[in-house]
Order: sequence, then structure tokens, then C-alpha cells
Amino acid sequence: MTKKDLGLLVLIIVVGAIVALINPRFLLPINLANTANLVGMFGLSALGQAFVIVTGGIELSVGSVIALTGVLFVDLVANQDVAWPIAVLLMLVLGAVIGLAHGLLITKLKMQPFVVTLCGLLIYRGFARFYTGDSTAGFGFGQSFPTLEFLAAGRSFGVPNSFIALIIIGAIMWVVMHRSIFGRHLYAVGKNEEAARYSGIKTDAVIIAAYVICQVLTVVASIYFAMYTRSIAPSAHGNFYELYAIAAAVLGGFSLRGGEGSIVGALLGVVLLQELQNLVNLLGIPSSLNFAVMGSVILIGVLADQQFSSYRQRAAAAKGRAPAAAEQPAAG
Amino acid sequence: MTSALAAAQAPVEPFLTLTDVRKTYPGVVALQGFSMNVRPGEVLGLVGENGAGKSTLMKILGGVVEPDAGTITVDGVEHRALSVASSMSAGIAFVHQELNLFDNLDVAANIFIGREPRTGGFLRLVDTQKQREMTAPLLARLGAGFKPSTPLADLSLAQRQMVEIAKALSMNARLVILDEPTSSLPLSETAKLLDVIAALKADGIAVILISHRLHEIEEAADRVIVLRDGTRVGTLEKGEIDHDRMVKLMIGRDLKAQTAAPAQARGPVAFRATGVRTSTYPDKAVDLDLHKGEILGVAGLVGSGRTELARAMFGVDPVLGGTFEVEGAPYAPRQASQAVARGVFLVPEDRKAAGLLLDLQISQNISLPDLPRHSHNFIVVKRKEHATAEAQRRNLDIRAPAVTTLAGTLSGGNQQKVVLGKWLAMKPRIMIFDEPTRGIDVGTKSEIYRLMRRLADDGVAVMMISSDMEEVIGVSDRIAVMHEGSISGILGRDQFSEENIMRLAIGKTLTQGEAE
Repeated sequence: MTKKDLGLLVLIIVVGAIVALINPRFLLPINLANTANLVGMFGLSALGQAFVIVTGGIELSVGSVIALTGVLFVDLVANQDVAWPIAVLLMLVLGAVIGLAHGLLITKLKMQPFVVTLCGLLIYRGFARFYTGDSTAGFGFGQSFPTLEFLAAGRSFGVPNSFIALIIIGAIMWVVMHRSIFGRHLYAVGKNEEAARYSGIKTDAVIIAAYVICQVLTVVASIYFAMYTRSIAPSAHGNFYELYAIAAAVLGGFSLRGGEGSIVGALLGVVLLQELQNLVNLLGIPSSLNFAVMGSVILIGVLADQQFSSYRQRAAAAKGRAPAAAEQPAAG
Repeated sequence: MTSALAAAQAPVEPFLTLTDVRKTYPGVVALQGFSMNVRPGEVLGLVGENGAGKSTLMKILGGVVEPDAGTITVDGVEHRALSVASSMSAGIAFVHQELNLFDNLDVAANIFIGREPRTGGFLRLVDTQKQREMTAPLLARLGAGFKPSTPLADLSLAQRQMVEIAKALSMNARLVILDEPTSSLPLSETAKLLDVIAALKADGIAVILISHRLHEIEEAADRVIVLRDGTRVGTLEKGEIDHDRMVKLMIGRDLKAQTAAPAQARGPVAFRATGVRTSTYPDKAVDLDLHKGEILGVAGLVGSGRTELARAMFGVDPVLGGTFEVEGAPYAPRQASQAVARGVFLVPEDRKAAGLLLDLQISQNISLPDLPRHSHNFIVVKRKEHATAEAQRRNLDIRAPAVTTLAGTLSGGNQQKVVLGKWLAMKPRIMIFDEPTRGIDVGTKSEIYRLMRRLADDGVAVMMISSDMEEVIGVSDRIAVMHEGSISGILGRDQFSEENIMRLAIGKTLTQGEAE
């Protein structure tokens, strides 16, 4: 855990303590479980976003992909009688294909990630609305898929399964990003793509893989969202979810310039965002102010973090002057 | 030129005098009682290895660093220290290695940036016309062959340096300090810069020239001050300036010819290019053989297609036609990873952008191309990385506190060693060096030359692109000269001379004794 992550954790605990003092309902098991469920779902999509951001890219189509795969999944399972594991598999494949397409456009045709994924945002939202004729997709009355519902919306030992899924997948992704060869390549590409290429890294393949991972994780999140809401209005479902994911990653220390950030930080970012959401509800703040609260906290958080780290650097420079100075005049 | 010489020899009051200047950083003495003076119209060469105190001295003159003791006398006025403003108003101007110019503006706008003449009353619009009129005489003084309205993007590097110098003139500079002005200039342009220095002299402007390229100092300087360990270890007057003397003073011992390479039998062909065409010169083809155990120098003007050839060999630039062979087998790399897999490694020209990742640790840089060997079940094993990096640190004498030190905090020479270590940790068959010693101090340079020779002795085919004549002649076994996208001649050891290289580089043929 980095100092940054630790700072975020402290912030989460402090905010939590304050909310709990003002409104003890914050600590009710039902409230904690609900929040954990939301953390689980948003966390999965933030994990995906983290892989793209660390390469210096961005994925804006997440919310629309959640809508599109959501309506397709519900339709396949509820209306087309496709067995749910097959439907899940199909959606994962669709996500991978979308990620692959984005990655190819960005690396091979040298398009900017912002442009590619912004167009994706519009396109997939359009398809989702067209597919259902703009009407809500949902399960019929009495339709029941016990295993799927347990896995997606159930609880084990009082803990929402979505949260458990996040912990498991998050642990795997932590290893992938922070310990594996691929993770090292991701950071290298994010820090300096040119130098990475000159070191023999297949930079295009690394970037494409990041977009594929992002979209596959987005689809996993999408299925959880679908089973959580159970009915999907294609014009509204998933709106802004990419921004939550980006915000969580940025709060967690990811730099939009790439090459920086930790998985633990991104997950703590998700927790903080959901805690704020919860705070707005519990403290009786008008829910219309929801976004304003979130935006302000992100702004202050990132600003404070920058100030702290430049302060730390200055302090370190002052302390380490003696050994550093031996190098410094050597620069000329 | 002759009038300038006369001006320099006349006894004139020094423009700038430093007396017993000291500067200590915690743990290191950067300058210990340094004195010097510069007269108007004098070109003072300032040489010394990295760490000798040159940059501290420059920072003091620029007013960025305050000396602990000593005095600075400018135009007869004694100061304890200069501030940035007082340094500027005294007429001290710097032209740094990295130019502070704007590609998207024209020459005049670059010179008057931030001080633009205004027009249009309260609108305070930029008076482009007047700006250009003010620029023209400055360019004329320097003998520049471009116009105030020329876009900067159209200028060569040497011409851009002229723009910087013109900017200094526009601020009434009395002393121009050129910091490594030629380290990235091709041969033909270096001559132009020396002309500009002569023009400054003729105008009575003092010049301090800092360079690692000693033959330019020999050519341009009226006097040379050699710095070592923060003190002046020698002053050479006009007649005494000579390469070996400077080197000896700089490092405090004799540095015998970097190479002392016995002309040895070269091995079989390791790499062959047949009719290879690259993007800058799509209709010119390169044919080249590179043998095991030799160092092939590649000379030529910047922009002659040398770097493109190297990049194509390494798979990062497209090959438009022709074929490569590695040890007799076809080789068509489409990405650097394929080159790396075949043992073809490149030490690129731009160390900071392409050579290494400044934000990563030394060990992470070294293991980067070869992570599978430093891992277990796809998980990177730090212990293995550190072992490899430690081995290279010893092998190359990389001066760093630890292998976990960030590469960006190292000096240029040590950064270059990290780039080398990255490839030496693998099994090189063909090593391509593109300007391997640019901006690197003399001591490290000779270490790099020795290392190239060691590689060649071990049977590696070494190719070295360089714009530094001394280096190409001193280090190579054969020299291939490129001109506008093709090889204009290959010189054997007995044909090595600056003149021969220059003739081939500008597209002429050799007078007698044709290239092989």
C-alpha cells in the first residue's frame, strides 16, 4: 500500500466516522451491504478503466456498453430462452470484440483514444436504444433464475456477492498490474511508449490488451448492474458510469498521462465515491446536489494529494541534499 | 577574422572578472577558489569533465546560484553575487544545448517573444512589421542566410542557434555563453557556427564556449580554461591550445588514443543490407556488409539517412524495399521486438526519449527487454532483476547509489551505460550505436569506446553512427560514409582522414585511392 492509498483510506475512515456520528444509520448492516454492493459493481468497471488509463488512454464508452450489453443480456435470457451461462459468455465475447476494435483503431490507425471511445459512447447507446425500440428491457413477472440471481444479486455470509466478486477479481488484477510481466509492460508503455518500443516491447499489443481487459471487466460489471436493476431503460442505464470509473481511478492516484497509479488506490476511490453518495442520502442533503458534492470532493482530493506530494518531494530533497548534491553539479 | 584577432590581442579591460569564487553544496565542493576573466572580443574555451564545476559556474554567472565567497566584477563594478536580472542587464546571455524556441512562430517573433513591439493603441496588437524590421540588422550582423519572416520550423539546428544568438544581440549582449552548441550539430553546420562566433568577436562581444568537442575549441578559442574538481587546473593561451594537452589537464592523466585497436582480421559477414530503401530517401538504396568482430563507423551529415538506416535495421522504421540478412538468414523485422529476438540491438540517438525510461529504476530498465528471463510463472521476480542489474553495474561501472535508483537521476554518461547494460545483459549479435557519446564526458566516452572494442573482440558486429570526426576515425575499423540516402564510400584504415570523410559526406569522390 502506497502513502497515497493510505491517505485515501484515512479519508474514507474519517468521512465514515463523521457520517456515522451524525446519522448512526450509516452503520446499519443493511446500509453497509447496499453500499458494498454498489462498490462491487462500480469497482469492477473502475478496475477496467484503470488498465486503460495506465497506458495513457481513456475509455469513455463504458456507460453505453453497460447499456447495450445490459439490454442484450436481459433480452437473451428473458425473451430468447438462451441459457444464462451462454448469454454471459456471449456478452463477454462482445465486450472483448469492442475492446479489440477500440484498441486497433487507436494503435494501428493512430486515432486518439478520446475520439475513438467518445464515438463508441454515442454508437453503443444508439444501438441499445434501437434494439429495444427505446423501451425498457426487463424480466417478465415470475421469471426466475436462481443461480444467476444468487451469484449476481445474492449474499454470502451477509456480504453481497458483487462485492466478493470485486475482491476476487481485484486481487487477480492487482497481481496482473503490479507483479506480472504484462503489468510492467503496461507501466512502461504508459510512461514512455517510444522508449518501451525501443526496448522491444510490443507496445501496440499491450495497448490493445488494455482496452480488451477494460471492456471485458465492463461487461462483468454490466451483468451485475442488469441483475441489480432487473429492468433496463436503454436511454438512461449506465449514463455517466465511465466518469465514475475515471473519477475513482484519478482519486486513487492514476495519472491521465499514464504510467502511474495503483489498483488498491482505484478501489479505495470507488469506496470513497460511494460513501459520498451515501452521505448525501443519509445527511439529508438534497439529492440534486449529489454531483456537486462528488465533483468538489474529487477536486479537493486531487489538489490536496498534489500539494502533499510536492511538499514531500521538497522535504525529501532538503533531507537528501548531501547525496543528491554530489550528482547535481555533475549534470553539466 | 584578422581584425577580430587583433582586437583580442590588444590589452583591453576585462568585461567580466571572477575572483576566488567558492561554492559548496552539502557534501561536495563545486567550486574552490576559482578565478578567471573574459575580455571583450575574446573567445574563451571552457572545458572539463562532467562534475568539474562548469554548470555551477554557469549558474553563478546566470544569477541562479549565489557563491559562498569571492567577487564577480562586471564592467568594473564589483558584485558579491549576481541576480538573474542583474546578469541579464549586464549583458550576459546564454545559449543552451536545448534551445528555447517556438517551432510555430517565425524568426522575428522568436527573437522578440515577450517583448513584442506594439501597435493599435489600447488593443496593443503585435507590430509584426516593425518586429521584422528590427530583426533584419541582427541577422545581417551574424551573416545569417534566412529572413526575419522565415518560419522557425524551416531552419536547421545551426540556424536555430543563430536565432538564439540574434536574440541575445537584441538584448545588447556583451558576453554570450554557448553551452555545448555543437554537440548535436552535423559537421557542415559546425563550420557555420564557428563563423558566427567570429562575427561576435568582430563586434567586440565576448564569448565563452563550453564544449566536449575539443577540436572545435582548438579551432575557435583564443584562450582555454580547464576545470577539474572545482578548480582551474590550467590556462592555455592561443599557441598552446592542443587536444592532448586539454585532455591531460581535464582528467589529470594521459588518455591514450581511445582505441589502440590492432587492425585485426574481421570475421564473416554478420549483417547484410541489399538495396534497402528507407522513408527519407525512398529512391536511394543502401548496400552494406557488417562483419563479425569489427566496428563499422558510419559517418555522414545529419539527415543523410544514417539514423533511418539504423532504425530500419532495428524494426522501428519501415523498410520500403530491399532485404536484410542476419548471419545469412533472411531478416525482416516489423517491430523492435523481432529485432531483439534475433540479437540485433540499438542504442538510440535520443537517450532520454527512446533509450530508457527515466521514471523507472535502473534494474527495471535493464530487465525490460528480457522480462521472461526475470520472472517465474509470468510474475516478475525482483531478486533476478537485481542480480542482472548488479552484474551490469559492476561490468559497466555505473555510478549510482543502488540499482533501484531512478534512471532519470543519473548523469548522461551513466544513463547511457544503463542503456548499454540493458542490451549487454542479453546476447548481442549486432550492436548498433547511434551517436553513443553525445553530451557525455571524456572519461565515460573512452569507457564506451573500450566497451565497443570488447564487444567486437567477442565476435559481435558493431556499427557506430557518429557525427564526431575524432570519434569515427579513432574508434572504427572501417568507415562507411552516407550521402543523401546511400553509401557514398567505404574507407579502410589507411584511408582514414577528416578530408576523405568530408568529401564523401558531401557527395564528392575521393581524389586518389578510390574507396573499396
